[in-house]
Amino acid sequence: MWSIISVLVENKPGVLFKITNLFRSRNYNIDSISVGITENPEVSRMTITTEADEKQLSQIMKQLEKLIDTLEVKLLDEKKSVYRELVMMKLKVSKPTDIKEITDLANAFKCDVHDVRKSSIIIEITATPDRVSALVDLVKGYGILEMARTGICALARGGYENEG
Amino acid sequence: MEKISGARSLMIALEKEGVEIAFGLPGGANLPIYDELYKSNIRHVLVRHEQSASHMADGFGRVSRRPGVCFATSGPGATNIVTGIATAQADSAPMVAITGQVPSKMIGRDAFQESDIIGITNPIVKYAFQPMSPGEVPEVVKKAFYIASTGRPGPVLIDIPKDVQQNEAEVHFPSEVKIRGYHPWVDPDVTQIERATEMLLSAERPIILAGGGVIISSAFAELQSIAELLMIPVVTTFKGKGSFPENHPLSLGPIGMHGHAEANKMMTEADCVLACGSRFSDRSVGTFEEFERNLKIIHMDVDPAEIGKNQTTNVAVVGDVKTSLRIMVKMLIQKAIKRNGESAWAKRVKETKDYYRENLKIHPHPLAASKVLKKLREVLPAQSIVTTEVGQHQMWASLFFDVIHPGTFFSSTGLGTMGWGFPAAIGAKAAKPDVPVLDIAGEGSFNMTENSLAVSVLEDLPVIVFLLNNFTLGMVAQWQRTFYDRRMIGVDLKNCPDYVKVAEAYGAQGIRATTLDEIGKAVQTAIKSNVATVIDIPIDPQEDVLPFVAPGTSLKDMILPS
Repeated sequence: MWSIISVLVENKPGVLFKITNLFRSRNYNIDSISVGITENPEVSRMTITTEADEKQLSQIMKQLEKLIDTLEVKLLDEKKSVYRELVMMKLKVSKPTDIKEITDLANAFKCDVHDVRKSSIIIEITATPDRVSALVDLVKGYGILEMARTGICALARGGYENEG
Repeated sequence: MEKISGARSLMIALEKEGVEIAFGLPGGANLPIYDELYKSNIRHVLVRHEQSASHMADGFGRVSRRPGVCFATSGPGATNIVTGIATAQADSAPMVAITGQVPSKMIGRDAFQESDIIGITNPIVKYAFQPMSPGEVPEVVKKAFYIASTGRPGPVLIDIPKDVQQNEAEVHFPSEVKIRGYHPWVDPDVTQIERATEMLLSAERPIILAGGGVIISSAFAELQSIAELLMIPVVTTFKGKGSFPENHPLSLGPIGMHGHAEANKMMTEADCVLACGSRFSDRSVGTFEEFERNLKIIHMDVDPAEIGKNQTTNVAVVGDVKTSLRIMVKMLIQKAIKRNGESAWAKRVKETKDYYRENLKIHPHPLAASKVLKKLREVLPAQSIVTTEVGQHQMWASLFFDVIHPGTFFSSTGLGTMGWGFPAAIGAKAAKPDVPVLDIAGEGSFNMTENSLAVSVLEDLPVIVFLLNNFTLGMVAQWQRTFYDRRMIGVDLKNCPDYVKVAEAYGAQGIRATTLDEIGKAVQTAIKSNVATVIDIPIDPQEDVLPFVAPGTSLKDMILPS
């Protein structure tokens, strides 16, 4: 079961290490992790996605809560949250018409296009993992030279902040 | 406000926490701390190896139920206490370990005696601090003691760079601290306790499983009340050994890999268990799936992460075990429930207990472990504190040495640290100087920290090492006999050294006891003389610990002596 866990933590050195070390030492899996400061500069939000069965997920939540530097641990329901990942892909441009085709695809997916060159082009998409996969499938024929992903970033929808 | 150094404020903060004794060994990176220790009222116990300092602090902490304190320098000093920290963490023992670190500007430059002890200990501490300015020290110490001693206790590390020890700052000593992400005490949910009580009352074959949490929270009286009101038999985990008087008619003793036969048997026949302060370790319950089959589990624990970790729980009560049990006792009294022990289950329990106590075969040797340990029980006053090392002697202690006074038996049950028992006994003696303290030891374990004899002798912390000497790493030998077709390798200690001479070399008393009578007299001599004593007891290297639940099997597959 793919799950999104949102964790508020103390914004201080070593906390990311404690979280990732917890996953490693208890043999849990981190699918993606993104970290950033929140509206309160003393607090960071980590968004962790993981593959785990129900029992394991419950343990992950409890072990995260047990850490003294975590302030809040929530499981986000996909339907009651907004979640996105930012992905950049540098695609190979083999012939001049590729640029037009890729730009059209990018527009259809509401992507930004950057760094258009004779032999390569960078597209940037911010979307759910499903849409990202769909785009990856469509563009991989051109040749993906490099890819960078931020991992999932998520917030509960208005009115659902206290669930999970 | 006057400016004081980080080392000075450390010492003031420790004194404010009521610290009177600390175990340690100085080195380059903690000399400023030691210089302040020189001026303070805190008693310093000099060890011969930092690992022993951490075990002494652990033993002190378990007995006094206040964090034990140990000091080590940076680098190897710090890494030497890693085993002690891991041991304390595995057994939820309160400890504050204070290490020196290279100066902050040298951190990360692979300086002499630099080790990233914060990183190294991350998975085995309850929390770790590294104050980077002297002004932080008082609050760090306050928080460290608060974290180490509350909720589920555990070890806390404070790693202080040398310049932070030396530099001065204006400091403020807080009288209390709050940590927003730490909520150690949760009030137990009364509705859950009601559900638990109903479940226990409606069970046909109820049993109580008492774990280490009962000892940590001192819930002895509450536990005994519930058992007696409901006439429910009590089994314990090995860590919970002695949470219930083992001479009580309802006591069945520890369950587990080397549990009492009657305890394992009744555990597998029960239909409902009230587990108090237990984490359902594999050594206690065998295979998880088999243990929970046809068993309703009520789980009381202060640590929410233990609920559902190893066993599926029917009713969970999160909170201090003593508080939860006290509420349950009140409910039973209000309902005017007092059972008489005439049920079919109570009869079955009694029959089983009597059967196993009368019919289990005893190892045919004049110094069989059961005879030796029963002799020890006869002569050792009930209020004495007993620690153990790790191995066969430890499991024999579990089987044959009855703990009468709750909370007088301590062992490295979780990590299984050989060499723990002797220094921990010295720490225990420091916490309770008025009672005899005895370490039930094997020579393989004793070898590992025997240089603490110097500490026991010179620091006037006399403990008794009751050495069941089979000249072998006995538990490993037993597994090689049992599972590896008697291919014995790496277990023969060849009767070296002579432990009587070792004791004497350190200025301790060494007594070799070769009959039950001599053993009894040796223990009495040791108690009376009040000097550190090693009693060397040559036992049969061929004796196995039985009953035995082989690893990966369930309690019902228990192997009995044949």
